[in-house]
Amino acid sequence: MARDPALYLELLEDQRFVRTAINTLLYVGFGVNVMMFAALLLSGFFVRRQWWVRALLAIFLLCWALPAVPAFISFHWMLIGEQGLLDSLLRELFGIDGPIWFNDSWLALASNIVAHIWKWLPFWTLVFIAGRLAIPQEIYEAAAIDGAVGVRRFLHVVFPLLANIYVVCTLLATLWTVGDYTTVFLVSMGAPARTSEVLATLGMHYAFDAAQPELGVAAVMSALPVLVPLALILMRRLHAGAVEL
Amino acid sequence: MSHRRRRVLGEVAAWTLGLVLLVWALLPTYNMLLIALDEEGDTEYAGIIWPAEPTLDAFRVVLEGDYWYLQHFWLKFANSLLIALATMLITLVIGSLAAFALGRLKLMRGWLLGNFPVLTYAVPASFLVIPFYRIMRVYGLSDSLWAVIAADVTFATPYAILILQQYAKLIPREFDEAAQIDGATPWQIYRHLYLPLTAPALAAVGTFALLFAWNEYVYQYLLLTSERKMTVAVAIAQFFDADEAPWNYMMATAIVYALPPVAIFFALRRWMVAGLTLGGVRT
Repeated sequence: MARDPALYLELLEDQRFVRTAINTLLYVGFGVNVMMFAALLLSGFFVRRQWWVRALLAIFLLCWALPAVPAFISFHWMLIGEQGLLDSLLRELFGIDGPIWFNDSWLALASNIVAHIWKWLPFWTLVFIAGRLAIPQEIYEAAAIDGAVGVRRFLHVVFPLLANIYVVCTLLATLWTVGDYTTVFLVSMGAPARTSEVLATLGMHYAFDAAQPELGVAAVMSALPVLVPLALILMRRLHAGAVEL
Repeated sequence: MSHRRRRVLGEVAAWTLGLVLLVWALLPTYNMLLIALDEEGDTEYAGIIWPAEPTLDAFRVVLEGDYWYLQHFWLKFANSLLIALATMLITLVIGSLAAFALGRLKLMRGWLLGNFPVLTYAVPASFLVIPFYRIMRVYGLSDSLWAVIAADVTFATPYAILILQQYAKLIPREFDEAAQIDGATPWQIYRHLYLPLTAPALAAVGTFALLFAWNEYVYQYLLLTSERKMTVAVAIAQFFDADEAPWNYMMATAIVYALPPVAIFFALRRWMVAGLTLGGVRT
């Protein structure tokens, strides 16, 4: 569908496409990296054995179990301007006038990123918890004797052991986040004036609102030169991990 | 002394982090309840943080399908449920069979094939929705729930295979060999050895596939066109098409829609952590 090279020239001439490409880069770059690093740190918190940490984990995982459509619509209403819940809370509790989130394209993009992280952070945290629990207790004990506790233990014991899982998960999350349509479609809805779109939503817009399916496919296909190498690296990583461990 | 102080500080930090996480996790859910319990459904314009006169009326409307967009609510709910359950079952069957074949049977050059499924993710699901839309029309599957199920299975299976394969590496190969010596066929090894021993991973993967289908929106929106084939996710988003939609009905629908996955998730939670081990650490 997207064979014609002229389509790509047409895309490059469209200001919206250029802005969307930048948005997608920021969305994925910040979204994935902040999410994965936070998940890694939080997994350390959630392996604590107190009862309240376990209870909190159950609540925290609720974000993942909550379906995307309701969750993101809730985000949309929460940020809908001065009367949304977030700005109302800021006003009532701290006396601050919150910004109108969807009037500024960067704030709208940031809202999308936060919503995406909110939804998927618990999933990756769970994966890292599983990874941490698979580390034998003896390794911690041996490391403690050698003086590796706290931050040092994280840097020199936990992180090297989880490095491969971390890379694999980051690659997977990157591929999934590039294709994320629902978040942007429902949270910022591209506002203001389609400046907070990502490739997935812009492609749909071209295809169905503007009735140019070829252009829509070309828009999303323009990400392939990045995505295919990532998928290949992921394959190699999985294979390397299998041999190494 | 300083050791004790550090301990107390650590505890305080942990509780603070816990509190922040609690607010972070519950704020959007609270917002949903706030709007759903409102009488007029215009909470989001009233700037309140507490429902003034909470009422469950919106839930009654949803459950009785008493509003234009909510007609046939239970039919739509059944459609969503069918898609999710079928996606889960088919993903489990295909995923476990593929993972078994790739990981346990000694295929020639099996490793080449082994990590091949993740290549599916090189082109994200939402990028393929336009081609899918065309293909399903050619197959005569337009406006069929099976079209959505096929799409969901396509994108849930690679991850399922990946997790199952990684998890199965924890099962010693000697088990297979012992069973083989006893005369077990590959099929018997799969049924009596592989499936029971990978149960935690199957639970994790099943939950993943179910939530994947329940989260999915764009395929349901494009592939299902008639009123009777529509799903709840599409019905919820449809509220945005109206100018003066009652948002309390929308949020009540959203909450009802969120209940099944939450329930299933909590039922299977114990198994999840054990099942999601991505290779783990072996020494």
